[in-house]
Amino acid sequence: MRTLPPFQTLLDRYADDVLGLLRGAVGRADAEDAFQETFLAALRAYPRLQDGRNLRGWLLTIAHRKAIDHHRARGRRPLPVAEVEAVIEASAEPLDGPGLDDGLWEAVAALPPKQRAAVTLRFGSDLPHAEIAAALGCSPEAARRSLHEGLTKLRKELA
Amino acid sequence: MTTKTARAIDRFREAAAAEGLLDVAYASADSPFGPLLLAATPRGLVRIGLPNQDSEALLEELAAKVSPRVLEAPAQLDQARRELDRYFAGGLRQFELPLDWSLSHGFRLRVLEGIATIPYGETRTYTEVATGAGNPRAVRAAGSACGSNPIPLVVPCHRVLRQSGALGGYAGGLEMKESLLELEAERAQT
Repeated sequence: MRTLPPFQTLLDRYADDVLGLLRGAVGRADAEDAFQETFLAALRAYPRLQDGRNLRGWLLTIAHRKAIDHHRARGRRPLPVAEVEAVIEASAEPLDGPGLDDGLWEAVAALPPKQRAAVTLRFGSDLPHAEIAAALGCSPEAARRSLHEGLTKLRKELA
Repeated sequence: MTTKTARAIDRFREAAAAEGLLDVAYASADSPFGPLLLAATPRGLVRIGLPNQDSEALLEELAAKVSPRVLEAPAQLDQARRELDRYFAGGLRQFELPLDWSLSHGFRLRVLEGIATIPYGETRTYTEVATGAGNPRAVRAAGSACGSNPIPLVVPCHRVLRQSGALGGYAGGLEMKESLLELEAERAQT
């Protein structure tokens, strides 16, 4: 078994990604708290981690679960619009169709949780379908479907 | 890395310390010979990396041998840094900070524990150190225990010389060993 790298390397390499994902998922105001929860949960579990090959995916999965917890605990709230622009600009496959106007983030925030999560993970964190599936605890097909449904709904909303 | 991320990491580090999750805390410290790497467990100082040693390899070794929960946390090394500063300035003759010996075992551990008692400004031979550890004939093994000393400077393996008075070896380089001995000889007379 390969040994795990010092936890500090996870912070050095992926802290920006985790904070970026969380800003997209829970908003700027709460992202830092969720960041703490994510890395503390990761640090607690780290020595027992069996497979250190995809540490980025592992961290983003934890971050995503924390974001879901956060939404469950506090209910859905509107999030600042500037966030979404940053998320979408950074995405590998930008949404086509309408421009990045005020309605986009609200539309993302209004999606059902699974679709919203799939969209945020795909475009906010640039995760492949398999990792989105791992994060959501579903099959890759189901992840693809959630993403597709979310995007379809967004296009309709914003048309 | 953005400043926001850096701030979030600072907060995380404090929270991790408060929760007792810093199995290995590390920080760098200045010295007249170049940057040192200091690492501590909750039990005490566990490792010092000398300026010519590879910090990254050393941290990976700690992750493998002690715990992968290795985090940069300068506040945890404050006492070590302060004592080393005073030592290099010539004002400290005996380190007081707690040590974690868990990287050393058996004969090596006995050798290093013996070395830790050599007074400031004095030297011993490898033979004397081997004898002190219970095996006068294991001179070579005593030498290699010195060479693998995880906590150099604080466990003063630089105070161990050959029978002839020759310097022997030093993980930080012979120049550093010589300078340390000169510093101590000078201060010991005052």
